[in-house]
Amino acid sequence: MASICFYFQVHQPYRVKDYRVFDVGRDSEYFNDNSERSINNKKILHKVAGKCYIPANAVMLELLNKHPEFKISFSFSGVFLDQLEEFSPETLESFQKLVATGRAEVLEETYYHSLSFLYSPEEFRRQVKMHREKVQKLFGVTPTIFRNTELIYNNALAHEVEKMGYKGIIAEGADHVLGWKSPNFLYRPQGTENIKLMLKNYRLSDDIAFRFSSKEWADFPLTAPKFANWASQVNGNGHVINLFMDYETFGEHQWEDTGIFNFLRHLPEEIYKHPDNDFITPSEAIARYEPVAELDVHHFMSWADVERDLSAWLSNPMQHDAIQSVYKLEEDVLSTNDEKIISDWRKLQTSDHFYYMCTKWFNDGDVHKYFNPYNTPYEAFIAYMNALQDLRLRVVGHPTYAKKIQIKEII
Amino acid sequence: MFGWEFPPHNSGGLGTACFGLTRALANRNIEILFVLPKKVGVSASFMPILFADTRKIKFHEVESNLKPYVTSEGYVRERDKIISDIYGNTLLQEVRRYALRAREIAKKERFDVIHAHDWLSFLAGVEAKKVSDKPLILHMHATEFDRTGGQGVNQEVYDIERMAMERADGIIAVSNFTKQKIVQHYGIPADKIQVVHNGIDECDYENIFDKLSDLKKNGQKIVLFAGRITIQKGPEYFIRAAKRVLEHQPNVLFLVAGSGDMERQMMLEAAHLGISDRVMFIGFLRGDDLNAAYRAADLFVMPSVSEPFGITPLESIIAGAPVLISKQSGVAEVLTHALKVDFWDTEDMANKILGVVSHRSLKETLWGNSREEIRKINWDAASKKCIDYYEKMICACGVPPETRII
Repeated sequence: MASICFYFQVHQPYRVKDYRVFDVGRDSEYFNDNSERSINNKKILHKVAGKCYIPANAVMLELLNKHPEFKISFSFSGVFLDQLEEFSPETLESFQKLVATGRAEVLEETYYHSLSFLYSPEEFRRQVKMHREKVQKLFGVTPTIFRNTELIYNNALAHEVEKMGYKGIIAEGADHVLGWKSPNFLYRPQGTENIKLMLKNYRLSDDIAFRFSSKEWADFPLTAPKFANWASQVNGNGHVINLFMDYETFGEHQWEDTGIFNFLRHLPEEIYKHPDNDFITPSEAIARYEPVAELDVHHFMSWADVERDLSAWLSNPMQHDAIQSVYKLEEDVLSTNDEKIISDWRKLQTSDHFYYMCTKWFNDGDVHKYFNPYNTPYEAFIAYMNALQDLRLRVVGHPTYAKKIQIKEII
Repeated sequence: MFGWEFPPHNSGGLGTACFGLTRALANRNIEILFVLPKKVGVSASFMPILFADTRKIKFHEVESNLKPYVTSEGYVRERDKIISDIYGNTLLQEVRRYALRAREIAKKERFDVIHAHDWLSFLAGVEAKKVSDKPLILHMHATEFDRTGGQGVNQEVYDIERMAMERADGIIAVSNFTKQKIVQHYGIPADKIQVVHNGIDECDYENIFDKLSDLKKNGQKIVLFAGRITIQKGPEYFIRAAKRVLEHQPNVLFLVAGSGDMERQMMLEAAHLGISDRVMFIGFLRGDDLNAAYRAADLFVMPSVSEPFGITPLESIIAGAPVLISKQSGVAEVLTHALKVDFWDTEDMANKILGVVSHRSLKETLWGNSREEIRKINWDAASKKCIDYYEKMICACGVPPETRII
């Protein structure tokens, strides 16, 4: 018996506008671009809501109502939820309806979709707590399963998350970590006792998320019956089939005219034709299955790019410079106790900012370029660092900072 | 092949390009008969070692007493109303004389294809085609519109360019930018034009010394402009951006390397803006001196109004400085790891300059990636495209491509 576990990431960053060095000291709004460019957060949210969130949620609701055993799970970043409240409350409602069915689980992550675990464990804990409170407020549920930003994972993270009380954690089923092992089982993260690890089956997940509309693909076109067949082949070979993907797959990465919504609509009934398969939420998987082995992941891995490591965010000097600069400000920013300063600082921690500065493979016009709302990674870096400089000035100009310096001098 | 200048007796990119291209072609076993209009100047002594082995380039010097050419200004292509009269009497005469000599050469020599560089050689190419009936390929490194920045196009030069392009069998343009200009301003159909981007060969730039390191003490940053100080190269935008940058960050030094008809005007402009102490006009540089300037710079800026290709940014990258280039250039088509601006947008230019001088990591990443990228922008790649084009032309003219001499 193999259970299909759907997990959808739902996230939108607050993109930094084309912030110039001349704006420093004059303009403390970093995220309010209102041009036609794709750094306009409001415009992007509306676009994605129209192409993806609203229609996909409609299909999901339909399926949840039609099939009483159909289950899915989501994780919503805090910054995404903020933008929904600000720009599209009706979309928020459509997600709330799904969660209200009781069969759409909500997972935990850092509020700001950040890489804080790598730089400040305390900030990491704070952001996770903030996220829990937000999810409780908007959806009335408390997550018990955790996923870190972009599925960045290693033993230390699992250990920390276990301490925080979570029962399960999800990560990428990367080849370099699994070796001959299969992602279709649960594992025990090394050094932990009470938390279980679920790994993405990247082949089957990417068949839907990336290859679905690729005419060069040998298995094109992917139909619901075909996929259901593949899924059923896991029977006897695994407990779970973890299909983890970005929710934007449905309508935004794979456009409606590829037939992706129809595929989704027919998938449950095709799956059910194989009596050994069902759908499951991550919590149910954790409760139902035991880990088959320990998994040792010493170095960080992620679900990004071919390398499945940290290189999407941290592979060139600019990225390192930017991320170190933002975390250097932690103590001073927090000591201002100024809500806006702190919130802006946190919005600047979102992993996307560093993703936009990535220059590996920039020559080949690859996936990074597609997702990059700036013309070049260099321009992304310049805008980001200028905004950070302005934030720094606001901190230094803040009354509590002056007091702090006085105190330091007295001592 | 008909050229006009060849290193070291060149005052612009045309000579450099001819050198790089002919060497690469020779390396691919193309036998080249390279014709220059004047007697004095280039000889075997200038040939680099790479060249010597492939000794398939013969130099034919055509006798002519070309006064304007002897001085470095002879190749300055800027047009004022006043100067055009002088050129009208002497340069055009020389161009026509070249054409007549070319006729005689073409009658005597054996070749498969005629390849002529820029308008100065076009008439020579046309004459050669007349007597030999071989395919004529014109290589457009710059159009009259580029040279004049669109203002005061010399009618006679334009007529020569147009007539020759109409008569030619094929045209090579150094960029899509230039190709567009040709289609738009000369009415030549796009399918008659092949784009072959210029290149750069790293072996020509070894052993670059840190001569200007003194300038960089006190953490001072250096921003370099290197090119003719003339309308086409956009020096005024450089000066304006400099002003904007210095308002924000005074510890930046702007170097202007080059000479030209706008030099005095630029010095006055810098003085007028109150930045003369931060803008150094260091004169015309070439060779090791120029490379040392690139090496010392934190950023090289090419704010050209209209640049058909632009080899200088590539030289800068090899020597050690990342580049900020005008979008109105051919080189912007092949370089991804460069900062790009519209030449008139001095705010954006200043913002980007400040980004580079303020953040070492930006300079490192930008330079590191462009240095890697430049390996594929070389003359061998260009020569391959030229050879394919020659074969295409030869087939089109109905002659079987057995010999490989041009």
